Amino acid sequence: MSLDSVHSHENKSQGNHQAGLKEIQQMLNRFQHNLPLSPTPYADMALELGMQEKQLLALLQELKSSQVISRVGAVFKANRVGASTLAAMAVPKDRLIEIADIISAYPAVNHNYEREHHFNLWFVVTSENKDKLNETLKDMEKRTGIVILSLPMEKDYHIDLGFPLQLIEGGKKND
Amino acid sequence: MINQRLLIAALQNGLPLVSHPYEEIAKQINSTEEEVIKHIAKMQEQGDIKRMGIVVRHRKLGYTANAMVVWDIPESEVDRLGECFGQFDFVTLSYKRPRSLPDWPYNLFCMIHGQDRDDVMNNLQLMVNSCEVNHIKHSVLFSKRCFKQRGAIYIQDSEIKETA
Repeated sequence: MSLDSVHSHENKSQGNHQAGLKEIQQMLNRFQHNLPLSPTPYADMALELGMQEKQLLALLQELKSSQVISRVGAVFKANRVGASTLAAMAVPKDRLIEIADIISAYPAVNHNYEREHHFNLWFVVTSENKDKLNETLKDMEKRTGIVILSLPMEKDYHIDLGFPLQLIEGGKKND
Repeated sequence: MINQRLLIAALQNGLPLVSHPYEEIAKQINSTEEEVIKHIAKMQEQGDIKRMGIVVRHRKLGYTANAMVVWDIPESEVDRLGECFGQFDFVTLSYKRPRSLPDWPYNLFCMIHGQDRDDVMNNLQLMVNSCEVNHIKHSVLFSKRCFKQRGAIYIQDSEIKETA
């Protein structure tokens, strides 16, 4: 398990009262949703977690720098704000990295993964509206010479409350 | 009235990590803290914003395995099963998408996370048993390399500067 950044934080924290793995897990599990909509959300979060606001801000900054969290903020519902689609390509093996790099370079692409399938490159394309989205898809096909399977979301069945995390593991226990 | 387009543009990179983040956002878009908070609450109510909170990177937190599991489900069953899959806490997406025949016969997509492949497969088995979908054709697409992952950009920064 690669929790290096979290652990290094833990190590650095020894000797003072900063957050350890257990506190980080508690914070992540509590605040992946229901971020306070008050003028001072971080102070409110800190209060609930038994921390100082300054401490919490420093911790969030550190988790962001080490890319454990990508941001604090809004998760928009797909296709309610702007237009997006899940796109797939069947890329010949020897061209995968070349094609993946071309696709990743588009600012409209946020996720781009290799997956185990005949359709082996999967990416999400997001745009301000449908026309701009289709333009981008066409441009990608033209530049790569590979046909895109575009599978826009039709219905969302999942209520997103974030993902329950279990960070404590053998030997790394903080408590 | 607040300009929703500008608000989305200001929000898409996350809230600033300062004492008064909504005030900071308000400054960027010539609005007030109160208006920004009110409008975010409205977008949450309307479902445009699914959640406000910390967005984690599963891989960095040790959840290195994920599989997109895709199913070929009769139209009359797809809502019921989509909801059934969507209730598991290890499932982070449960979406209906169009088929694209003949290449792509699958119309329901869910994302299953786990600490390793076995963990993901155990979770899948749990879903199959619980939602009684043994008979339904599906395919498991484990992720391999991640080439890019970050929050969606709906509006380009260059355009924000033009409109702001």
